[in-house]
Amino acid sequence: MQMLRKLSAGLLLLAVASFASTPAAEAAGQTLEIVKKRGHLKCGVSQGLPGFSTPDNRGNWTGIDVDFCKAVAAAIFNDADKVKFTPLSAKERFTAIQSGEVDIIARNTTWSMHRDTALGVDFPVVNYYDGQGFMVRADLGVRSARDLDGATLCTNQGTTTELNAADYFRSNGMQYEIVAFEKADESVAAYNSGRCDAYTTDHSALYAQKLKLSDPKAHIVLPEVISKEPLGPLVRQGDAAWNDLVRWTHYATVAAEEFGVTSKNISEMKSSSNPSIRRLMGQDGSFGDNLGLSKQWAVHIIRAVGNYGEIFERNVGVKTPLGIKRGVNALWTKGGLQYAPPIR
Amino acid sequence: MQVLVLAAVLGAMAWLVGNVQSNLERQNINSGFGFLSERAGFGINQTLIAYTEDDSFGRVLAVGLLNTLLVSALGIFFATLLGFSLGVARLSRNWLISKIAMVYIEIFRNVPLLLQIMFWYFGVLRNLPSPRQAVSIGDAIFMSNRGFVVLWLEASAGAFWYGLAALGLVIGGIWLRRRAANAQITTGQATRVWRPLLGLAVALFGGAALMAGVPFALDVPHLKGFNFRGGLTVIPEFVALLLALSLYTAAFIAEIVRAGINSVSKGQREASAALGLPESVALRLVVIPQALRVIIPPLTSQYLNLTKNSSLAVAIAYPDIVSVLAGTTLSQVGQALEIIFITMMIYLSLSLLTSWAMNRYNQRMAFVGNNT
Ligand SMILES: N[C@@H](CCC(=O)N[C@@H](CS)C(=O)NCC(=O)O)C(=O)O
Repeated sequence: MQMLRKLSAGLLLLAVASFASTPAAEAAGQTLEIVKKRGHLKCGVSQGLPGFSTPDNRGNWTGIDVDFCKAVAAAIFNDADKVKFTPLSAKERFTAIQSGEVDIIARNTTWSMHRDTALGVDFPVVNYYDGQGFMVRADLGVRSARDLDGATLCTNQGTTTELNAADYFRSNGMQYEIVAFEKADESVAAYNSGRCDAYTTDHSALYAQKLKLSDPKAHIVLPEVISKEPLGPLVRQGDAAWNDLVRWTHYATVAAEEFGVTSKNISEMKSSSNPSIRRLMGQDGSFGDNLGLSKQWAVHIIRAVGNYGEIFERNVGVKTPLGIKRGVNALWTKGGLQYAPPIR
Repeated sequence: MQVLVLAAVLGAMAWLVGNVQSNLERQNINSGFGFLSERAGFGINQTLIAYTEDDSFGRVLAVGLLNTLLVSALGIFFATLLGFSLGVARLSRNWLISKIAMVYIEIFRNVPLLLQIMFWYFGVLRNLPSPRQAVSIGDAIFMSNRGFVVLWLEASAGAFWYGLAALGLVIGGIWLRRRAANAQITTGQATRVWRPLLGLAVALFGGAALMAGVPFALDVPHLKGFNFRGGLTVIPEFVALLLALSLYTAAFIAEIVRAGINSVSKGQREASAALGLPESVALRLVVIPQALRVIIPPLTSQYLNLTKNSSLAVAIAYPDIVSVLAGTTLSQVGQALEIIFITMMIYLSLSLLTSWAMNRYNQRMAFVGNNT
């Protein structure tokens, strides 16, 4: 199945690359037109990572990354449900976006220089600042990543995770054995059954995957953050307008939080006299038109998914099972890194 | 005419390759095979040749290919052994034996292979204890959920003389057998070769021992920190995959062997019985050699299947060629076209090579068969 899927994506890419006038080649500069004509957005997500992108028990996708694609759909169609989600494993994702199988990927994907410059993709923005960590059984007696010399690690193939783990152990002169699975669920199951001493991935995902263990309380997340993992959506390179649309979709939610605009007070806010809020709401200026959208683009986004703070708290925040604090993902005004350039 | 067609095909291919390249360039996707010499940067947990993160993606390819070859070759060996036994057992006149073989065949043939792999890996091997509570067999084998750690020998320089002795023994053995066979043809007397062979072995290895003394150091597994250090580690991913591939393919081979034996005419058996050959000897010297002519072609395709099926390794993180090349390397480098191309070429070559070897063998068998 997986092989078949990869093969077909590869063949699709080959077909796309082989013949001169191709959908993907034509798409340069026109992704928005194609999406509008099609009537829905095609969005690549993970195969199930609680808090980021996971189907609930009725089969509806939820999570911070899912909300990102819903926000883009709301901006375009004023209807957050006009999205088709495609679950992708870590190693399938880049081929899927290269070949035009999806329009956008929002799949806890790290923005790295190699990916940005060599894969024909672009990272418009960071919607979650993260870093890699380790989870171990509490009764193992390990309290720091420095104690992991000789440990066996479970993780996923084709991730920055396996590269960072190699760097970390080598630069600290420690030995390790890595068991890299294609699917996240299998690496979690293997860790759960004791195949590995530690499970390693992005900190946010550690909290998410912990929920899948048979006894979550018996495991602890070690304090070290061994890498920078700026997670964000990605698009095909070469369509600057589409890149802009995706980037400003995120900034609209961050700006809304900064100005106190929420999904609840959005109707009242329309009559605000604050010039920044008036521009965000489309009351003044032609910001939506310049993106190829309606004037109310940001209103549609915020009404559908809320501002960045609402999205964060609803999916991964302290009141959710993941229980993650805002930390570096707080607004810049609160000492965090989330910062939207001015809408003007 | 043929030249024209060939020229047209080559021309079309050149055009396609050129087009692919310029289109990839337009999409800003790296292309070419230069990545093979770049630093891989990730670890692999079963490597038959020396490998570290500092090695290149080209070396990753070699590591993955060797892992594929290892599990396929051993899988073929065990599947053949078990398959032939089951095929013969299936035809046994003993009701119980034949029924047991039948039940085995029906179960293992009809459950999807991926499920069987998952069963051995997640269902059986995960129940083993942690390294600290490992089950030990005579302090030489330790079984835990990290795999099987086996007492191993570390060869020292003197091992060379022993290698030489072993080589001499093989050559001597072949020569002795030839001589015995020739003698049987000319004199009709069957001579046994094991006595001179034993003498040769004692002489050769005695000589090596005099030259080099004890050439091996024991590499004893011992618990240190999280896991065992020392000894030879057989990872559970390998065990699960090998088990599943062998047991699954054996069921198919058993059916092929049964059909092959059934295809040999009854007269052959009756004639052997009339000559006073015991049944087991008749089976070995008369029936099976003729059955092989029928068995080998479908057996070849089972071998090919097993090799290709080994790519299901990726589900349980066994680092075969698909896992480390078409998996990890592909997503770290991002060049799907080149990497899928290399992977397909490797499987194609393996298949052609296996077919070629089996065809050679079949030709020999067919020749012998016609003479009897
Ligand atoms: N951020 C890292 C890791 C991303 C990743 O794929 N992590 C795995 C392990 S948590 C995952 O999310 N799997 C979820 C799934 O697809 O099921 C990267 O971009 O390479």
